[in-house]
Amino acid sequence: MSYEIVTRPHQQNFIDWAKDKPEVLVLSADLTNSCEVGKWRDTYPTRFFSMGMAEQNMMGFAAGLAREGFEPWLHTFSVFLYRRPLDQLQMSIAYPALKVRLVGFLPGIMTPGGVTHQAIEDIAILRTIPNMTILEVGDATEAQSVLDVAHAVDGPVYIRMLRGEVSRIFPVDEPFKLNTARILSTGNDLTLITSGIATEEALRAVPLLQGNGLGITHLHISTHKPFDDPKILAALRSAKHGVITMENHSVIGGLGSAVAEVMAENSISAPLSRIGLQDTYAHGASQKFLMSEYGLDAKALVERVERILGKKLGIQESDLAEQRSINVHSSAKVEAL
Amino acid sequence: MGACLFRSISYAAERQLMNSAVADNADLQRMETIAHGIRKRVLSHVLSNNGGYMSQACSAAELLAALYGGVLKLGPVESPIDPPQFMGVPKIGEHTYQTGAQFHGPKGANFDRLIVSPAHYALVVYAALIETGRLREDGLEYFNRDGSTVEMIGAEHSPGFETTTGSLAQALSQAGGIALARKLRGEEGRTWVFMSDGEFQEGQTWEALSAASFHNLSSLRIIVDVNQAQCDGPMETVMAIEPLAERVRSFGWDVSVVDGHSLSEIIAASQSDTAKPHAILCYTDPVRGLPILAERAPTLHYLRFTSTAERAKYEDAYKEMVQ
Repeated sequence: MSYEIVTRPHQQNFIDWAKDKPEVLVLSADLTNSCEVGKWRDTYPTRFFSMGMAEQNMMGFAAGLAREGFEPWLHTFSVFLYRRPLDQLQMSIAYPALKVRLVGFLPGIMTPGGVTHQAIEDIAILRTIPNMTILEVGDATEAQSVLDVAHAVDGPVYIRMLRGEVSRIFPVDEPFKLNTARILSTGNDLTLITSGIATEEALRAVPLLQGNGLGITHLHISTHKPFDDPKILAALRSAKHGVITMENHSVIGGLGSAVAEVMAENSISAPLSRIGLQDTYAHGASQKFLMSEYGLDAKALVERVERILGKKLGIQESDLAEQRSINVHSSAKVEAL
Repeated sequence: MGACLFRSISYAAERQLMNSAVADNADLQRMETIAHGIRKRVLSHVLSNNGGYMSQACSAAELLAALYGGVLKLGPVESPIDPPQFMGVPKIGEHTYQTGAQFHGPKGANFDRLIVSPAHYALVVYAALIETGRLREDGLEYFNRDGSTVEMIGAEHSPGFETTTGSLAQALSQAGGIALARKLRGEEGRTWVFMSDGEFQEGQTWEALSAASFHNLSSLRIIVDVNQAQCDGPMETVMAIEPLAERVRSFGWDVSVVDGHSLSEIIAASQSDTAKPHAILCYTDPVRGLPILAERAPTLHYLRFTSTAERAKYEDAYKEMVQ
């Protein structure tokens, strides 16, 4: 299986989208081209504000602009939107529920920038903040249609964004919808819930698992908060052998935890198995290498299914390699800063 | 000028003598009355509550009297507003929420805005609002009462506040955003931030100073109560920030250094119309108007009486003040 590769899905799309929205401003913290808004700056120079490497202050400026009716879209790497300026994000933006859009790039282990650049607990932290809406895109269609979704939210929105060469998994006419899971397959043996780049990775393994006669309900999650789409509960209830979550994030506090909360509160007793970073930091290396090292890839999913079922399925790494979509592992995908 | 506990050398060197002719005597007298009323009201409150932020009233009385007494061009308030009950925290999609900015009158393109940064000065701000007919006379009776917006550390629902800045040094950045928005809309009014000097220990303050000058926010004003005191004691023993004027100036701001108890100096500095954002550093005495407070030095941040004898002394001071 391979998908259409969209190069820089955000770049021109965001320019076109913002054309008739004069209230939309961009604030950037010295990572403008890295976040695909260099051309936006050149197109709308009076609506672009360079805030320098000063994220705490950038949060405050965004808050002030939002209080006055502007809609600031902050562009930087995910880590710099919540780790360093967390107090400012909470007190200046989240408490007053201001319409600030935090567009975070390179979520999880997508960057060779190492631990300082890897947002592995952003969802966990931001989920605990009242008034926050948390979105995560899984392909080019979502990277482009998330703009309308965020724009419509009457409060702060954090977006786990993709950049560079991004697969188009979902049809253009099936845009991102708030708090709406995508059902990618149905079946009663296992329920698989994935988000972000984990979805494309899981899609490499799912056909092989189904080829082994397993019925799999596969949900793609693009809204982490709120997290009350009834399709999730229904999918969890239908799982005969177990539930697997797969995320480009720590297993603590993110998608896996959110699913655990729903299961516990609804007395769903199926075993839950969470794929993600197992309470560990990562290091600087390629996405492909890190996904393998930390067990976030299709192989890890197959092994997890085998563990739940208590038997080997005979799926070889070479089988998975054939399923490999070109973008995730192409050399053109190596992320520079 | 009376004895100042923490007078700094750089203050003496920096202070520019201001021309007091710019304000007429009626203005000055009115502001003096407001300043005296702030001290009296806060001391009365501290006596009846056995504690409070007293030294902040002593240091900032003239500063706030000048701002609310005429320096700021605020929208009018028809009659003193009742202190509202707390109606809940801001929530997505719920815009029933009203900030404490209503006490500053209606917003307008030509009006000034005042953002209060040191939220623990709330008691002093409330007193200033009462003295200037913006908050109901009995407003302080709701201070720190459960369910009231007249909170001990002001938040954006509290009278006079429109941001939540109890975690200090976040107001200037927010005011920068407000000033930028107003600049984009071509508004004439200035955006003021009342700050405390301790906030210059936070890195965010310096980020905000940089951004304000970088983006040419010439309508942004900060006025600082440089009382040189903080929670742990004199700032020079906790973390020195001097030479403050030189530092702020080097970040691209115009800086005026004034005697924070001289209304005419504050007024003169506030009238300066510069091409840069402008900081007014008001060097103040944290025991001004209440000399017995000096006995508690160096810990002046919060006054709580330790004995009935001490309390009696403050009652005597109050009687003297009322006369």
